[in-house]
Amino acid sequence: MLTDLSGWTIAAVVVLGVLSVAGGIAVFVVDSMARATFALLASFLAVAGVLLAFDLVYLAVVTALMMTIEMAIMAVFMIMFMMNPAGLMPMTMVHNARGSALTGAVAFVVLVVGIWTVDWPIGRTERPEDSTRQLGEAIMGSHMLVMLMIGIGLFATILAGTVLATARGRYDRFGADLAAKRPDDPIPGGLPR
Amino acid sequence: MPEAETAAAAWGVLPAALLVTGVALGLGWLVAAVDRVVLSGGGGAAVLEPVRSSVRLLTEQRRTTLAPDRLLWRSGIAAVPVLAVLSMAVVPIGGRTLWSSSADLVWFNAMEALLWAAVWLVGWGPNAIHALTGGYRFLAQGLAYELPLMFSLITVGVGAGSLRTADILSAQAGLWFVVSMPVAFVVFLASAAAFAFWGPFGAPTGADIAGGVTSELSGVDRLLVEAGRVIFLGATAAMAVALFLGGGSGPWLPGPVWQLLKTVAVVVALVWAGRRLPVLRPDRVVEVAWTVLIPVTLVQALVVAVLLLSGFYAV
Repeated sequence: MLTDLSGWTIAAVVVLGVLSVAGGIAVFVVDSMARATFALLASFLAVAGVLLAFDLVYLAVVTALMMTIEMAIMAVFMIMFMMNPAGLMPMTMVHNARGSALTGAVAFVVLVVGIWTVDWPIGRTERPEDSTRQLGEAIMGSHMLVMLMIGIGLFATILAGTVLATARGRYDRFGADLAAKRPDDPIPGGLPR
Repeated sequence: MPEAETAAAAWGVLPAALLVTGVALGLGWLVAAVDRVVLSGGGGAAVLEPVRSSVRLLTEQRRTTLAPDRLLWRSGIAAVPVLAVLSMAVVPIGGRTLWSSSADLVWFNAMEALLWAAVWLVGWGPNAIHALTGGYRFLAQGLAYELPLMFSLITVGVGAGSLRTADILSAQAGLWFVVSMPVAFVVFLASAAAFAFWGPFGAPTGADIAGGVTSELSGVDRLLVEAGRVIFLGATAAMAVALFLGGGSGPWLPGPVWQLLKTVAVVVALVWAGRRLPVLRPDRVVEVAWTVLIPVTLVQALVVAVLLLSGFYAV
């Protein structure tokens, strides 16, 4: 399995793998929300680098792209809604230290035992000419149902989260009998209505 | 599909990377110089003004704030120009890109998405209210431009049947994409102004918050961030030429000359139009983007997809 990779690839994967783990650890060591967020982003970017080393360019750049946007939006919500926006108070990402250490250790043991004992199938096909095209055909073809279900599930989660988080509903916007022509919003928005 | 030769393969990695960096700096100077000319209407002095102010910033002493987050601040500042130059890696220069993969468009998009994080860090780092407000304004603005920009890039990919810049160039041999994708073209250029937080999308550096994300920058820090902004604008103009205006195609003149002429034309048009529009508030831009731009760009993608199926594009 490892034989068809060049020495540079293996070295890059090892270094980036260590960096990604280090970034993950840093999330729980630093004492500021901004640093924790960007330590996590650094960890994800290292994972994107691993994918790039495997020549999976589309997966690599899309990982970098999605994770960056995700972290940026997370920065908005976590810092604005969970604590003071300037983040002046020190914080920690560690809660329930004993329970989480136990859970982490058990998960680590299960994964390591699984990785080394399961009889994984050996790669049966040669590498595709264009991994991006192969991925696209898989997503839009044989795996379309799964992807659609995941997409709808995620979208429903976003909507549900927003509905739960917002204090204002349609009765606040359109009045008790929903008769108002224009919604009464604290921030008017850009369209004339 | 035959692999198009990359600049790195043709000229060696180091010379090609140096060339791309040089072109990036040249594009940045071009944008800054045109900006000065449009603003002041001046001639020779205005053209040299970017060089003069760069030298001044290089020699200026750096000032700092009380208890800044120095690590994140410096990371964000350095990331802005680095990302701008990295985005140039998939912009064709003389018909060749520095680096080519089956996901060039996503690479360009990813560099600009990483800018989100970088600009917010530039706002966060100095521990100052105006800078932080500017950083949050940029994030809010990003929520507005990001999806329309992605859809306009997807439209190009659909039309060419590929995400590779070289394939997109060859797909426009018959007809430039701007003819069938005018909405995507305009959205792409507007997004360029938005992610360089410049012109009508300059609210993150607004005068009402004393310069916003750039308010606490001085010396080489300010130079790096300003250089990153103009290089991003120039790189996007060059990319717009490749994606929508047929790259180097044109009669009589050689390809690189046409590409340069078109890029200069796009830069002049962008700067001229951008400097004539008022600064837009991010909260208003978000609503317009989500209720108008996203549906319009989706319809644009649909039109292109139907044209593709009907055999309009020679792919």
